[in-house]
Amino acid sequence: MEVERRTLESRQASARDMLRGDLEGEDLERYVEERVVTTTFEKMLNLARANSIFPLTFGLACCAIEAPISIVTARYDLARFGAEALRASPRQADLIILSGRVSIKMAPVVRRLYDQMLEPKWAISMGACSSSGGMFANYAVVQGADKFMPIDLHVPGCPPRPEAVMYGFNKLQRKIMGNPDQGWRQRYNAVGTEEWARGGPASKPSAEAAEAYDLARELTLA
Amino acid sequence: MPDGPGLELLRGEIDRDAPGAVLATSYEKERAALIVDAVRIIEVLAWLRDTPGQGYRFLSSLHVADYLPAEPRFGVHYELLNRERVERIRVKAMLSSDSPEIASCVELFPTANFQEREAFDFFGIVFTGHPELTRILLPEDYVGFPQRRDFPVGGEPVTFTYSEKRYG
Repeated sequence: MEVERRTLESRQASARDMLRGDLEGEDLERYVEERVVTTTFEKMLNLARANSIFPLTFGLACCAIEAPISIVTARYDLARFGAEALRASPRQADLIILSGRVSIKMAPVVRRLYDQMLEPKWAISMGACSSSGGMFANYAVVQGADKFMPIDLHVPGCPPRPEAVMYGFNKLQRKIMGNPDQGWRQRYNAVGTEEWARGGPASKPSAEAAEAYDLARELTLA
Repeated sequence: MPDGPGLELLRGEIDRDAPGAVLATSYEKERAALIVDAVRIIEVLAWLRDTPGQGYRFLSSLHVADYLPAEPRFGVHYELLNRERVERIRVKAMLSSDSPEIASCVELFPTANFQEREAFDFFGIVFTGHPELTRILLPEDYVGFPQRRDFPVGGEPVTFTYSEKRYG
């Protein structure tokens, strides 16, 4: 049924009549048609979840200046998306932003924080370091945070601009509402570059590296 | 900072009190260094600290370098500072790779405690007599000494879609 558009004054008038209990019959029908939207419970729940995320007050390295610090301040203002309340305890938070490189000594701590968060929970890996190890291809840094915890979203950059983090945050909201942006491999013409499609994990060390690892193990255990 | 002749004079004075402890001297880029027998390192450090007129009472840094193809391989560097005259001197002890052991100088300089633990952590230098020689920065169960030059770099090979398409 086509709902005719009315002026603000007349809509206010009918709202007033509704509150007074004067609205009945066809007027009441029209009022309900204008004011009520029907949806499923899951959609409603996800809408609420996506727009009231409580991020964890948590920073790892230089990216922390951009992510939890910059984007909640007045200039970028994450409060516009309903996530201004940073929580100091993982038990009250439902989003963790890994802002910076995760060292092998820090990884169990991060994992523990993630485990302490209550379901449903999400994780954003922010910047090159926590996504892939970044420039730190060495003994001390975990090569990608998804090696020890599930990550919902990767934000590239070194460090990403606050705008990029907010864009990633919006993508996460869409993901929470059951509408994730998928198909980047099609868009960027990169189908067939998955690790499984290459024939084996690409992360396998080269023959020289494997030999060097074995030698180091022998030397240090001897 | 003792200059070149000053360094030789200092070496002469040490030789009088502890003959044979100083193996060589080096003076490069206005940095004076005494290369010391590793077994007698404490003797020389104590002499520099306690002898009247020397007064190198401040250990500003203790660190290790790995000169891998060379043997003896590890150099333990002690950077001493005289705070009255603002003079610095470097004391260096060379250790071989099969027994990287040297006496701890925590008794002389308490600040060496953590720095020796760090040197042990990354290079596997054993400081005998250290009150608690355990790993300080790396995880306790870490295997290996990652700052040694024969330690593999680690990390992962990275594949780039762009270059793969372009260069095969």
